[in-house]
Amino acid sequence: MHSDCIVIEGSNMAECHPVAFRWVMQAKLAGATVIHVDPRFTRTSAMADIHAPLRAGTDIAFLGGLIHHVIEHEKYFKEYVVHYTNAATLVRDDFKDTEELEGVFSGLHGYDGDPLNGFVGQYDTASWQYVSGDTGTQRAGDGAMTGQVSQNPAKRGDMAGKGPEVGANPPPQGPPFDGMVRAMKKPPPPRDETLQDPRCVFQIVKRHFSRYTPEMVERVTGCPKDVFLKVAEAITRNSNPERTTAFCYAVGWTQHTYGPQLIGTCAMLQLLLGNIGRPGGGILALRGHATIQGSTDIPTLYHSIHGYMPALSTLKQHETLADYLKTETLPASYWSNTPKFFVSYLKSMYGAAATVENDFGYGWHPRIAGDHSHLPMTIAMMEGRVKGMFAMGQNPAVGAQNARLQRKALAKLEWLVVKDNFETETAAFWRTSPEVQNGELKTEEIQTEVFLFPSAQVGEMDGSFTNTQRLVQWHAKAADPPGDCRSDLWFTVHLGKRLKAHYAASTLPRDQGIKHLVWDFDADHPEPGSRIPDEPDARKVLREVNGYRSADGRHLTSAAELKDDGSTTCASWIYCGIYPEPGKNLAESRVPDAPEGPQTHLGWAFAWPSNRRTLYNRASARPDGKPWSERKKYVWWDGKRWTGHDVPDFPLTKAPDAPAKPDAIGLDAHAGTDPFILKVDGKGWLFAPTGLVDGPLPTHYEPVESPVQNPLYKQQTSPVLKMWRRDDNVIASQDPRYPHVLTTYRLTEHHLSGVMSRWLPWLAELQPELFVELSPELAGAHGIDNLDLVRIATPRGAITAKALVTRRMRPLQIDGKTVHQVGLPWHWGYQGLVTGEVVNNLSALVGDPNVSIHEGKAFVCNVEKA
Amino acid sequence: MAEPMGFFTDTTVCIGCKACEVACKSWNQISSTNGGQNVLSGDSYDNTRKLDGEHWRHVKFIEQFSEDRVSESRWLMMSDVCKHCVQAGCLEVCPTGAIIRTEFDTVVIQQDACIGCRACLPACPFGVIDINPVTHTAQKCTLCYDRMQVGMTPACAQACPTASIQFGPLVQLRKKAEDRVAQLHSQGKEEAYIYGDEAILGGLNSFYLLVDNPEVYGLPVAPKLPSRNLWRSSFAAAFGAAVLGLWGLVSLRTRKRGAKAEGPSSGDGGGDGGKKGAAP
Repeated sequence: MHSDCIVIEGSNMAECHPVAFRWVMQAKLAGATVIHVDPRFTRTSAMADIHAPLRAGTDIAFLGGLIHHVIEHEKYFKEYVVHYTNAATLVRDDFKDTEELEGVFSGLHGYDGDPLNGFVGQYDTASWQYVSGDTGTQRAGDGAMTGQVSQNPAKRGDMAGKGPEVGANPPPQGPPFDGMVRAMKKPPPPRDETLQDPRCVFQIVKRHFSRYTPEMVERVTGCPKDVFLKVAEAITRNSNPERTTAFCYAVGWTQHTYGPQLIGTCAMLQLLLGNIGRPGGGILALRGHATIQGSTDIPTLYHSIHGYMPALSTLKQHETLADYLKTETLPASYWSNTPKFFVSYLKSMYGAAATVENDFGYGWHPRIAGDHSHLPMTIAMMEGRVKGMFAMGQNPAVGAQNARLQRKALAKLEWLVVKDNFETETAAFWRTSPEVQNGELKTEEIQTEVFLFPSAQVGEMDGSFTNTQRLVQWHAKAADPPGDCRSDLWFTVHLGKRLKAHYAASTLPRDQGIKHLVWDFDADHPEPGSRIPDEPDARKVLREVNGYRSADGRHLTSAAELKDDGSTTCASWIYCGIYPEPGKNLAESRVPDAPEGPQTHLGWAFAWPSNRRTLYNRASARPDGKPWSERKKYVWWDGKRWTGHDVPDFPLTKAPDAPAKPDAIGLDAHAGTDPFILKVDGKGWLFAPTGLVDGPLPTHYEPVESPVQNPLYKQQTSPVLKMWRRDDNVIASQDPRYPHVLTTYRLTEHHLSGVMSRWLPWLAELQPELFVELSPELAGAHGIDNLDLVRIATPRGAITAKALVTRRMRPLQIDGKTVHQVGLPWHWGYQGLVTGEVVNNLSALVGDPNVSIHEGKAFVCNVEKA
Repeated sequence: MAEPMGFFTDTTVCIGCKACEVACKSWNQISSTNGGQNVLSGDSYDNTRKLDGEHWRHVKFIEQFSEDRVSESRWLMMSDVCKHCVQAGCLEVCPTGAIIRTEFDTVVIQQDACIGCRACLPACPFGVIDINPVTHTAQKCTLCYDRMQVGMTPACAQACPTASIQFGPLVQLRKKAEDRVAQLHSQGKEEAYIYGDEAILGGLNSFYLLVDNPEVYGLPVAPKLPSRNLWRSSFAAAFGAAVLGLWGLVSLRTRKRGAKAEGPSSGDGGGDGGKKGAAP
């Protein structure tokens, strides 16, 4: 709403996030320029001032072209870049860029770990480091999470010998952990604030993107040069002290074998333009499901525990509590508090049983041993290595990649629990799936025992939603659910109680965790008038998430209260303060700003952390603490403290001219001009020495399946991506049998695999049948008319769909060759009121090396009249 | 009478999400095409096709793309609804008085008084009204009369995420619309204009901001009331009646002349017929 320019790329925001799109339209009504960069002309494009078409999967080339343009024409925000980013920091001499190695970085070698993890290669990241000093551990997105052994020199070889105090005075191994963290501290890396040193990040970035010219952008992406330059002009015109540009993306960016790198490219661009930490700037990750942001904060992810702390892993130095904290704590930055967050988390798991003597129950906590995400899990299921599965609000028989393989994998399970609104395709795979219909699977031979539990709906339970901008909003129950339908909370709490009862008598060490698990969510009093007297109390869950003093149960009011000695209990440090006292649930607060107010609406619900609406907002002020401009005034130094329209994301009384203290840990190690408090050097990273396993800089690679040769580098695809080569997961690239680009997506009228929409007449009638979107040019070439049945084939299989021939689809010229794009919405399946073939029968099990996201947005296909 | 209320639909911010269609059906509990098992129309993203007895809101999709996608590339969307005309044809022709003008200056079909005679269907110059297949009565948007009576916003306007559908007192809406057109003109979008001012049927209480000719959106350029033609048809009828009457008189005289020759029997027969006709 505060943006002067909004770029939507990798998202069909109007169709898939129509409520959030309200604010884009409000900004547009106030005069903002709206740009949509997308392979298709969608309902979002219809609302945009500029629609820039591009080939699916080439966004790094497009954004890299913008970075090139910004640097080449000196359109970057110089003062911001010098002071707030690592542009000036010097990188090691032995770092070799893709410019020198034909598309790969220094350190590439083969992968010799468990093939189930899927890596085709691996990087040794030693040469990517700063010249000296600490760059921190490999945090979220750590390769070790997805099955790589930790290679971080800052935490391994380097530290033992070179750390300043290590060896002389071995730090104690129990709380307080400050001494240990202090011992890990290294001096900051050298910088060249003239940005001229060839080894400084700025020069490396400049060289790296030197070949991403507008002409090259057109060759790779198919976006006409003049349209690309119009976009470049609009964003640079709207990025300066007076104006800000925002980017919005969704799974159009993530679902690639280089998804995190793609988002990283945007982060670099926004840092160069000075659009991070400022009102109307930033990068908005649009979350597509109800509270999916919440489900990464309090994660349903395998590779992290609450509040973005890495999961305990057998592949890292995580033997003991001290080992974990040594590996995962950043001595400088706010993450120096990791021991406080982590010990408080262990207290929330094991309560009174977690003591100093037993490392707060650290040894009881489950650990990961590789990539346990959906893709390798499916392979493991196929191989009979997984016995049972819970599918709660998940319909892999339709929604997951290579859905034929998914359904066959379901048949290998001993048991399957589906908890959903209706009998989904996953629940019914054993009787109505195409594999049963065509005889590949025989119902009488499937051994899987399927349990179907009906779900309560959102209006039938208390709970919270955390949305895109980290805003946690409470919702209240309006009515009892019908019949046997129960909330997920009810199901999970009662399942946990039964499991605890089951293991109560066990003396096995491995069962101690569940025995000691604190599981106290029963309501003190059943809800008056409810049929369900044993519905748990959602507020008790919120209390555990918020945290309390271990001794007397007093609610905590801020993460600053957390201790590393067990005296505080807190499941998720980032939510601390949401429930500061009994009866005061800030997620329920509903006090908007008056129309003449600052429009940050601090009285409306709770944004983690600390009710802060814009992260790193110290960057909204100049290095001296004054606002960059009156128009973009947000958080500033008033001579004594930081103040403004938002909760300042900075130590409140730390002056802008405060120097970094060389011997200090935490934020004292940062200067008053270091806004990025979660980064070890306090800077926004234009170059990522750690955190990513596929390169410190983004590089354009082709999707695993592509009709063309990579026009930028000899290296065709990411050299470290994840792939599972199997007869039932065949991959084809530059194969004349599959000459077109296929992309899949959602429509406004349906939600995901259709379980919340295809069963409802009011929604089903709006988009009743599967269709394939084709340009008239492609349709004409195959003699296909509108509404004809079309057969779409990929190396994994073929489906039929009705043709929707439209000029909203357009052929592109890629490197002198015409490339057609084919579009398929993937909402249909074989259950429900309206049915259709499963589009994900066509997609492949391939993944990104950092987070194992699949590549659902770009692969190859052929089409013909059915 | 309360203040006149209506809708201002700004099509330039309509994202075609159809939330209005669904919210309308949800609040008014309207059935779906073939119970939801509709067929793909092949006409852009429009599968409900038109306003009728089970679609009181309908989103139109108009694709305007040249072959090069450069000289012309637009996808227009518009949420259509009953216009709640100040001069409402449907209201004029309804034989049972089922169609009324409310205290909000809106037009409502009272379901308990509708006999499903279909007279209002052709009387609407916008083709808004149709018979609902479940109730067999004529149905259309009520502007959520029941919600308005308790001070609530109609369901569609409440659900519209981008404020394309705005609800409120007509005076305020007219002002907002005027300002929005001026804003668009100042941004160089000269094509923006209001459809539904007083020039059209005395004013449409549900009016639109459009960026192309009315026909592009399937709207009549100059809609007319059936009663507009009334004087002409009345005259024709009167003239016809006069001609018939004259012809009748002439033939009667002729017949009388003949009767004088043939006898009085046919005159008695005519008298019987007249009696029969008057009997009920």
